[in-house]
This record gives sequence, C-alpha cells and structure tokens, in this order.
Amino acid sequence: MYTLENVTKTYRQKERTIHALKDVSLSIPTGQLVAIQGPTGGGKSTLLQMLGALDRPTSGRIALGEADLSGMPDTKLGRIRATEIGFVFQGFNLIPTLTAQENVETAIEPLGVAADERRRRATEALASVGLGDRAHHVPSELSGGQQQRVAIARALVKEPDVLLADEPTGNLDEQTRDEIMDLLEGLHRDRGLTLVIVTHDSAVARRAERRLHLTHGTVTERA
Amino acid sequence: MFFTYLRRELAGRRRQTAIVAVGMALAIALVMIVNAVSGGVRDAQAAVLESVYGVGTDLTVSQAPTAPGEGEGPSGGVRFEFGQDDGATDDDGTTALSNSRLTAGPGSSTFDASTLDAVLEVDGVAAASATLSLTNVTFDGELPQRPTDQAAGDQAASGDAGAPAPGEGGAGGGFGGGNFDVTSVTVTGVDPAAEAIGPLSAVELADGRGLDSGDAGEYVVVLDAEYATTEGVAVGDAIELGGTEFEVVGTVTSTSADAATASNAYIPLDVAQALSGMDGQVSDISVQAASASDIPAVKADLEEALPDQTVSTQEDLAASVSGSLGSASSLISSLGLWLSIAVLAAAFLIAILFTIQGVTRRTREFGTLKAIGWSDRRIVGQVAGESLVQGLIGGAAGLALGFIGIAIINAISPSLATTSSPLAAGAEGAGGPGGFGGGGPFAAAQETTEVVLNAPVTLGVVALAVGLAVVGGLLAGAIGGWRASRLRPAEALRSVA
Repeated sequence: MYTLENVTKTYRQKERTIHALKDVSLSIPTGQLVAIQGPTGGGKSTLLQMLGALDRPTSGRIALGEADLSGMPDTKLGRIRATEIGFVFQGFNLIPTLTAQENVETAIEPLGVAADERRRRATEALASVGLGDRAHHVPSELSGGQQQRVAIARALVKEPDVLLADEPTGNLDEQTRDEIMDLLEGLHRDRGLTLVIVTHDSAVARRAERRLHLTHGTVTERA
Repeated sequence: MFFTYLRRELAGRRRQTAIVAVGMALAIALVMIVNAVSGGVRDAQAAVLESVYGVGTDLTVSQAPTAPGEGEGPSGGVRFEFGQDDGATDDDGTTALSNSRLTAGPGSSTFDASTLDAVLEVDGVAAASATLSLTNVTFDGELPQRPTDQAAGDQAASGDAGAPAPGEGGAGGGFGGGNFDVTSVTVTGVDPAAEAIGPLSAVELADGRGLDSGDAGEYVVVLDAEYATTEGVAVGDAIELGGTEFEVVGTVTSTSADAATASNAYIPLDVAQALSGMDGQVSDISVQAASASDIPAVKADLEEALPDQTVSTQEDLAASVSGSLGSASSLISSLGLWLSIAVLAAAFLIAILFTIQGVTRRTREFGTLKAIGWSDRRIVGQVAGESLVQGLIGGAAGLALGFIGIAIINAISPSLATTSSPLAAGAEGAGGPGGFGGGGPFAAAQETTEVVLNAPVTLGVVALAVGLAVVGGLLAGAIGGWRASRLRPAEALRSVA
C-alpha cells in the first residue's frame, strides 16, 4: 500500500530549520493496522500528513499504491484525498453549523454524487457507527464520543482504502476510547481497511498489529 | 450542499450576517437617496432652464451689457415725456397722465440681428432663433393742480428715470400729493416662424393659438396664462404695449409645473424691434446643435465667429441658477457624493474585514474540508457565495430603507428657491418699481422661483442599489475566498492542532 523511501521533511521556523522527518524509509501493506507513537514534536503528525497527501516531502519518495504522492500537483493530491483516504482528527473537526448528516455528506460532496445518493450513503454511514438517531443534531448537541463517531462516519462514507487517525481518542474518556477503538478495529477487520493511528496512548497502541516509534524524525519498529 | 452549507453558515453566524447587512444597507440607502435627490435637483434645474431658454436649446448667444462710456448718460432708465395735450385735466385741476414705453429688457444688451445669419453658417448648428427681450413700462398717474403760479412754460411733466427715487410699491412720489403707478411687463419678441427652438418651445398652449409665420408684422400677442389671469385678460381682448394695442391671440403655460414661462408676453420679433426703436437688434439667439456631442465644438466655432458675443452652453447656464437650488446642487454634488463614497467604502471594508475574520476563524474548518478533498475553487465559491448573499440581504434592506428615505423626502417635498438669469424675469413685474432711478430695480431683475424638490425613484437607482450589493458582496467574498484558498491543509490543521 504505502512505500516511503528516504523521506525527509524540513520546516523553516523563523531562523531555525526543523527536521521533522529524517530519511524515513518504510512500507505499510494493505489492510495493516499500524500505531505510531512517540514524544510530542517527534514527527508523528508530519508523517501522518505525508501519508494523507496533505503535504509533500522535502526529499525522498512516498507512494500510495502506484501513485507517487511526492511529485503530484495539488489538484491530484486533492483527488487522492477525496477518493482513497479517510481522516479522523483528535478534535473531531466537524463543521459546527452543519448537522451530523450534513457533516458526513461533506466527504462525498467532491465526488459529485447526486443529492439523493449522498443522503442515503450518509444515513447508512451514520447507522454503521451507531448514530442513526442523531443524524439531525449539530455537533454541539452531541457528546465527544458521538462527535468522533460522526467524524469516523464522515471518513468511511467515501469507502476509502486507508483510514488515518490522528489521536482519535485523545479527547475521550477511557470507556469512550475503548468504544471508539472497538469501532475502528471492527471497520479495519470487516472492510480490510489500512488503518494508521497516531497515539500517545499505549493502551490504544497495543491493539495495533504493528507499532512504530518516531523520535526526532527517525522511525524505529517496536515489537 | 452549497445552499445548505450557505444557509446554515448565515443562520449560525447571525450577528456577523446582521452587522455586514446593516452596514451595506445603510450605505446603499444613502447612495440611493443621494442619487435620487441629485436626480431631483437636476430635474429642477432643467425645468428652470427650459422655462428660460426653451426645450432643445443647447447654446445661447448673447452680449454682456457694457458699462456706459465717458459722457454717456445713465443707461437702462425709462424716460416718459408728456406734452401739453397728453393729460386730461378735470374740474378740480387734477391732470391724469398715462404713457407706455417698450424698451430693452433690464440688464440685457442687444446686438445686430445679422448675427443670426453668422450663427446659422457655423457647422453643426441645426437651428437658431433670435429673440429680443423687452420691458413694457407703463406710467399711470395724476398730477394735482399746482398751488402757486409756478406752472409756467410748457407744462411738460417729466418722469425722468434719473430722478431721485420717491418710494416703493409703485405709488407715491410726485409733488403735492401726486399719485403715480409704474408697472412693468416683460415682453419677448420672438420669431413667429420658429416653434421648435426658443422661449416658445418650452410652453404649452393654454388657450387660443400660438404665433405662426403669418403673424410677422402683426400686432398680436401671446400671454403667459398666469399673467393673463392676474390682469383679467382673455383671448380676443386687447392690451396695450408700447402705446400700441395688441390683440391677445393665445395664452401659454410652462411645460414645467414648477416654473412660470420666461416672459409675460410674446410678440412677433419685427413688431418688437419696431416698437422699441431697435430695428435690426436682438438680445439673444437660441442655438440647437446637430448632436449633443457637437456642442463643445459648436461653442468653440461660435466663439470664434462671434468674438463680441457671449456663447453659453446649458452647463454654463446651469451655473446661472443659484439660490437654494444652486446650494442643494453643490451640496449634493460635493458633500452628498463624498459622504456616499465614504459610507460605501466603510461598508465594503466592514464586509471585507468580517469575511477575512470569518475565514481566519474557520481555518480548521477549511483545512478539514481541504483534507477530505474539497478543491480550492469549491471553497472560494462557498465563501464568495456567503458574502454575496450577505451583500444581497444588505442590498434588499438598503433598497427598502432607501425607498422609505426617498418617500419621506417626497412627502416633505422641500421647496428650493432658485434665482436665474435676467431673461427669466418673466413673472410679475407689476405693482410698480420702487421709483424710476437709473433702472435700479430692473438692473437686478433676477427672478426668484420656488421649485418643489422631488426625488425620483428610477430603475437606474434600483439597479445601482442592487449592483452595489452584488459588488460589495463579491468583493468581500473574493478577498475572503482568496485568503481561504491560500490555506494549505497541513498548515491549517497544524495551526489548530
């Protein structure tokens, strides 16, 4: 699925150069559940952004299947994100003025799906995360766990190949965390999704098939 | 999705929507009102000018009055001379005197009628017509019997225009209780064949008929209807002008309800010239250009061809309209315009700043949408759409507010006083000037007319309001959208992580 070869990412921050990723090489096979851990500022989120086609490496090559993401123009990267990659964020990132149903629909808006079909798929996605009865509530009327379920439904409605989750349980209590992880594991298992989770939480990381550790921009495998 | 998102955003951010809409509404309403009032003032000016110079007159040729040369007597005065047999003396020795003189109009200067031919030869002149502005002054009074035997000589009583002014109101003066009335009537000599241009082109026939080519040399007169009513004269009656009887063949009113016609009486030009002793003289030539775009060129050519005359365009003539109408015009063209621009700029700025602030506040939202595959164009469209609708809401409110403001102005109908050029001194000269010194009251014979100001609501005003709303909304949306499109999804998500 993913192939990274000597990926480096540097940022200029005022006078300083930040080396977020240093010569990272790895591959992630299709259908694998990978957890990425590491200290804050270690490069976890940067790596996730590279995998999510949100940013390009400063040097090196990153490929999703046959598509080389490192040299792709913005419009094509946007298309890849719209069709193949689902995102789940720590802060849920729902649009506050839209209902749960409408938030889920935003994910298939770029695909040019007809309105009726869009509504049907969004309703199904919400039902699959157990929120069929909350479709017409705005985010402020939902709990943190429910909001994250809406975010997961939004990520899944386009039926992506990859689901990238950045601290998906970071804002949730333990019980809700476990519910969300159960949901993600189930989707990974049932749909054969490639699932990459960035987390500080070892309890979450332990549920992954593979654990990577990122410190100072360098990746190491953990048993 | 576009409209759902748009509707939810505007409804969810009511305060911002309301502030932007109110700002736009106030600005648009102000622009509408200023524009409508400005149109009203323009109409009022045009009405006044048309009543003076006639419809279709693009230029006028006149001659500025010149100061009397050395050794010349005072000009512009009216001299009445009565012979021994002119008065009728009754039993108690009181002598009744009456005399009427037709003289050059006050403040006007005449020039040779051949100038008209020179005007017609200029390229771009479609039509031209000469007029002679005159004033008919009538002296009417009684002289009592002199108490002593001073009554010697030829008994000629002379009401000399150069004499000290005895008083005002057309009465008084004289000696030993004499009683004089001096009344004046403005008379314009017009070419009876020229209907399309000149003073008579701006009038409507109220009764009888107008002058036609067959009236040349005839003692016929067309009266201003208002003047005819005041004097109790009707079509078919006779009035005396310059000591000669004229048959009233028609009465006319101004095409503008707000202004009187230019003159009390209109007589054939050749008759006017003969009776006033100004054969071959005219005071004004009305000129119509072949096309509006030719006016500057025609003016230049006329000035070259007629170095001794003054050539004025309608714009120049507009400058002669003063009083509160002139003040309103300058107030609107300066303060009103700049105030509108300032308020409009402020409203646009508010809309732009709020849109930019909205984009900044929604950084994570737009970053997320980009992360899930929304294109830059789709996001710019969303932001621009929201701004446009905010602008249109403001535009609709501004339109309503503007209509209310204009309706209030029209309900109040403020009247503006306008003072126009001497030729406009057409109304009531009667009642007698305050004495006959040096033509004094006539020299400044400018007519003050009350013009009711109406603020017309035109399609242009409505289009302006809607156009401004669209422009304001699109401008704010374009700038806000541009900001949103520049957000890189990774940075947008990182900045709020």
